[in-house]
Amino acid sequence: MSTVRLAGQQIRYATISYLRNPPAVFFGLLLPVLFLLIFAAVFGSGTVEGYGGIKQSAYYVPGLIALGIVSTTFVNLALGLVVLRENRVLKRLRGTPLPAPAFIAGRVATAVGMAVALTVVLLLVGRVLYGVDIPGATLPGLILALMVGAAAFCCLGVAFSTLVPNEDAGPAVVNAAVLPLYFISGVFFPTDKAPAWLNDIADVFPVKHLANALLKAFDPRTTGAGIAWGDLGIVAGWGALGLVAAVLTFRWTPKGE
Amino acid sequence: MSDPVVSVRGLRKAYGSVEAVRGIDLDVGRGEVFAFLGPNGAGKTTTTEILEGYRQRSAGEVSVLGIDPARPTREWRSRIGIVLQASQPDRYLTVRETVAEYAGFYPSPRPVEETIDQVGLSDSAGKRAGKLSGGQQRRLDVALALVGDPELIFLDEPTTGFDPSARRNSWQMIGALRDLGKTVFLTTHFMDEAQALADRVAIIRDGEIVAEGDPAELGGRDARSFIRFSLPAGVGLGDLPVTAREDGSRVVIAVERPVKPLAELTNWALERGHELADLEVERPTLEDVYLELTEEAQS
Repeated sequence: MSTVRLAGQQIRYATISYLRNPPAVFFGLLLPVLFLLIFAAVFGSGTVEGYGGIKQSAYYVPGLIALGIVSTTFVNLALGLVVLRENRVLKRLRGTPLPAPAFIAGRVATAVGMAVALTVVLLLVGRVLYGVDIPGATLPGLILALMVGAAAFCCLGVAFSTLVPNEDAGPAVVNAAVLPLYFISGVFFPTDKAPAWLNDIADVFPVKHLANALLKAFDPRTTGAGIAWGDLGIVAGWGALGLVAAVLTFRWTPKGE
Repeated sequence: MSDPVVSVRGLRKAYGSVEAVRGIDLDVGRGEVFAFLGPNGAGKTTTTEILEGYRQRSAGEVSVLGIDPARPTREWRSRIGIVLQASQPDRYLTVRETVAEYAGFYPSPRPVEETIDQVGLSDSAGKRAGKLSGGQQRRLDVALALVGDPELIFLDEPTTGFDPSARRNSWQMIGALRDLGKTVFLTTHFMDEAQALADRVAIIRDGEIVAEGDPAELGGRDARSFIRFSLPAGVGLGDLPVTAREDGSRVVIAVERPVKPLAELTNWALERGHELADLEVERPTLEDVYLELTEEAQS
């Protein structure tokens, strides 16, 4: 098979494997939907102060899309690749004629596919249950943020997998990286009232900029296509950093082999 | 050896200041089942993983199927099959899915169902890999190494951790690989495994090869016999017609050809009316030779 066809084959098996992995499906796909249902049900009727009168439920949709993109790409790849590496699945594959780019492309494309599917589900849940309009004029901004975010967080996830020493440490290390960022990045609640130093920290990392870029498509004040070039530039910059780190440090075997 | 599949000259591998492999030579011929035998930590896996293209050597010449494994190509990878010492397949894919996935990597794979049948997993083909027993996972590993129809198969300790019946089954399976005309490079620390399977054996100790050859002849095993018996009451070693030494509660006579000294001994005993209690003639087992060779360092 050609490298392209093998990448397609890898997408197929990576998807099957992902959908049969209960923790991955729950934390990656179901939890963001569950969060949207709970948050919007509890806080959804009011409006958010200082965001042009956006409804609470309309604020949660882009916030949880950001969380969903991070969980289906970064968390999924960082954890999944560690399991495959430590169980020597990667080592085994390295000993076959499967080209490395076909394997990586298969995993990354699967993660991006999950992010897109989850985004569609969150948009539909928001529309059907809470009357949150799906962006029209600003749809290009939403789609671009989704694609740039998914690609960047895939690169970061592959790079981050090399920082996780073993399978047992995986969830703890990965969650230690993303959970604090979710809280300070406006994913769960607006952070414009947070102390300046906390916002300064959040500004350094890509989660807040992804959330900002997605929110722009839902912000009633937005005019034009809703593309947050500045935020997306920072997300893409992190992605490029992740790509370089991934290429330089990726390991096919457990340490010492 | 004409047309060796694996050829190694002066192979060395150092980890920092520790030299794990210290200048070994190896040749494996086409269609041969070759067993690489040695205690844990002797350098078996390091050597094997250099041949498989996983590790870089420090020095020496290595050729596997005519290619230097330090620079593996995709075409070369399609001609070898690898069973690692410890690896698990993707636990959420079934046996059939996993074998079919791997079949897709190779230019001319073997049929998936036939390969599953060959390793005796037909009844579990729909089971997820994570739900297989340890022995079944190992069989799946062998199926993944076989499905690309390789010329050369590496098996790194294929039966470690198996119960005796699972080991017997695996031996049958490995024997069947020989019948398919495959060259098999096997590492093991079980003597009986090497004896049952291998056409040729090399024993490695502390990174050096200490013996090599047909398992029946290894270490001059075929050229030595031991005559053992208990000394009759009132008889000393010096009274015997042949040279013997004490060996525990019995005495032992080590000889190349046992017939003549045995005749002398029994004639002598008959003449004097002695009974030779516990008399037996035996050849050293491969295990005796192995222990002798690998424990020299400690004794």
